[in-house]
Amino acid sequence: MIKENKITQHDSVGIVKTQSFTFDSLSLETGERFGPVTLAYETYGALNQEKTNAILIVHALSGDAHAAGIYEGHDELGWWDAFIGPGKAFDTDKYFIICSNILGGCKGSTGPSSVNPKTAKPYALDFPLIGINDIVNAQKKLIDHLGIEKLLSVVGGSMGGQQVLSWLVNYPHNLCSVVPIATTIKHSPQQIAFNEVGRQSIMGDEHWKSGNYYDGTAPLKGLAVARMIGHITYMSDKSMAEKFGRIKKESSHEFKFTADFEVEGYLRYRGDNFVKRFDANSYLYITKAMDNFDASRGKRFEDVLAGTKVKVLIISFKSDWLYPAYQSKEIVKACKLAGIETTYCEVDSTYGHDAFLLEVEEESHLIRHFLKKVFYAYEVTGEYGS
Amino acid sequence: MNTVVKEIQLDHQLILDLIKTQSTVLDLGCGSGDLLYLLAKEKKARVQGIEIDDQAIYKCVAKGLNVFHGDIDSGLAEFSDKSFDYVVLNQSMQQILHVDKVLTDALRVGKKVVVGLPNFAYYRSRFQMFFQGKAPVTVGLPYQWYETLNLHFLSIKDFKNYCSLKNINIEYSVGIGENKKVTFLPNLFAHSGIFLISK
Repeated sequence: MIKENKITQHDSVGIVKTQSFTFDSLSLETGERFGPVTLAYETYGALNQEKTNAILIVHALSGDAHAAGIYEGHDELGWWDAFIGPGKAFDTDKYFIICSNILGGCKGSTGPSSVNPKTAKPYALDFPLIGINDIVNAQKKLIDHLGIEKLLSVVGGSMGGQQVLSWLVNYPHNLCSVVPIATTIKHSPQQIAFNEVGRQSIMGDEHWKSGNYYDGTAPLKGLAVARMIGHITYMSDKSMAEKFGRIKKESSHEFKFTADFEVEGYLRYRGDNFVKRFDANSYLYITKAMDNFDASRGKRFEDVLAGTKVKVLIISFKSDWLYPAYQSKEIVKACKLAGIETTYCEVDSTYGHDAFLLEVEEESHLIRHFLKKVFYAYEVTGEYGS
Repeated sequence: MNTVVKEIQLDHQLILDLIKTQSTVLDLGCGSGDLLYLLAKEKKARVQGIEIDDQAIYKCVAKGLNVFHGDIDSGLAEFSDKSFDYVVLNQSMQQILHVDKVLTDALRVGKKVVVGLPNFAYYRSRFQMFFQGKAPVTVGLPYQWYETLNLHFLSIKDFKNYCSLKNINIEYSVGIGENKKVTFLPNLFAHSGIFLISK
């Protein structure tokens, strides 16, 4: 069912470059003014003359601006390449796609590992506490900078979905549609708990040193364990059983607690790889932003959405236990009560939360037709009986 | 199923005739969305579907329709009062577990409700029962007993009695026979019935 991650002339956006945009300051939810802020971003496809075909893709916890294509001299595809390109769900022949690394991140946007111009040292914990709304407010400045008044859509899964909901609540007049995927109005205690264990793992690492590790060894073990916990929650019981079973690795037993099972080796590999590309302090700041986010602002979500003309496509996945379907259904319920034009589908998948990256065929079908309807302002498409 | 295509189109045509232009319509158990598509196209209706089957959802989305994935029993309660001009239950009411609750809710959510139901008292059903001693399989009830999705078996007369018992107004009703409307003794000569009801 899944398309292979293979580059062909036909369906790739090809070689891409990350760009950056810097602005003076941003007013944060805490009331603090913070700046300067740089956002790393990539674009694919071309903005039309009327500037009506722009779609913002927002990434999840560990994502970055590199959503599609490859960099010159590298062969690693962008994190959502299966969905973005000529003829794909986000058809770059039709649409102008933007993806930026979030504020607080560590992949080219301003975050705790960035140099504080006042001290010429990394911010570390001098970086202010940020929220999902701050992340979105920074994105809005990028969209303004690109000269786009109204986005055709904002789309994202997981924490990306939280950003989508923030866009919907804060900038409904700058949107035609939104696609929140495998996400929630607000984190449940279980979701907060998993994030807290990850944070404790980082902060318990002797190398963390209250965040001031940039001139020495980073808290690699703590961050790797945080990532391992994350990966457990991204998969499902079934997908783990299918992928690993109880297969043991071939290894000599020089140590009693070596990674005997395939699943242990996989988690260690994932953890060790993650620390090469991610900053531990960013992990703390971003997971905190996720936990603090509440799109309903303590009100009934349908009251917050009342009067919105934005079209909504909500997608969840059957085996996702980190962001279970009932959380998506809460968004659906609010849309129903607010009288918003909404489509909701719970895709039959065994991949768990990772499904939003992997269920290419079904998800592409939903997104492709939804965008087509919004873009051409169709009420209905296709032929009767088709 | 091929044999019923034409009849279903007659169903759709009769429902189309009942619905005023530019109305809002909620279709409970919308299937692949053929009726909603017609309503949106022919009647400029603002339409919304609810459907349980994911493959049917994909077909609805390909037609540009708004549809919720979920079951009718729980999906209806979340709408506010009178949020649609019409709520449609076409060939789906007999498959719902708690019919009474859903109909009550449909009459709360919709200003009017359209019900399309298979008539168990159709003369061919009666023949099959009486002379052959078999559970009926007809155009309106196309399934064998072991594969039917229907949970309730009722006649046009049963539904009329139900409406009278619950003080529901029947604003219009029509029977459907083989490729035509049935006005004479519909409980005998119609395999399906369509009702426009309100509270």
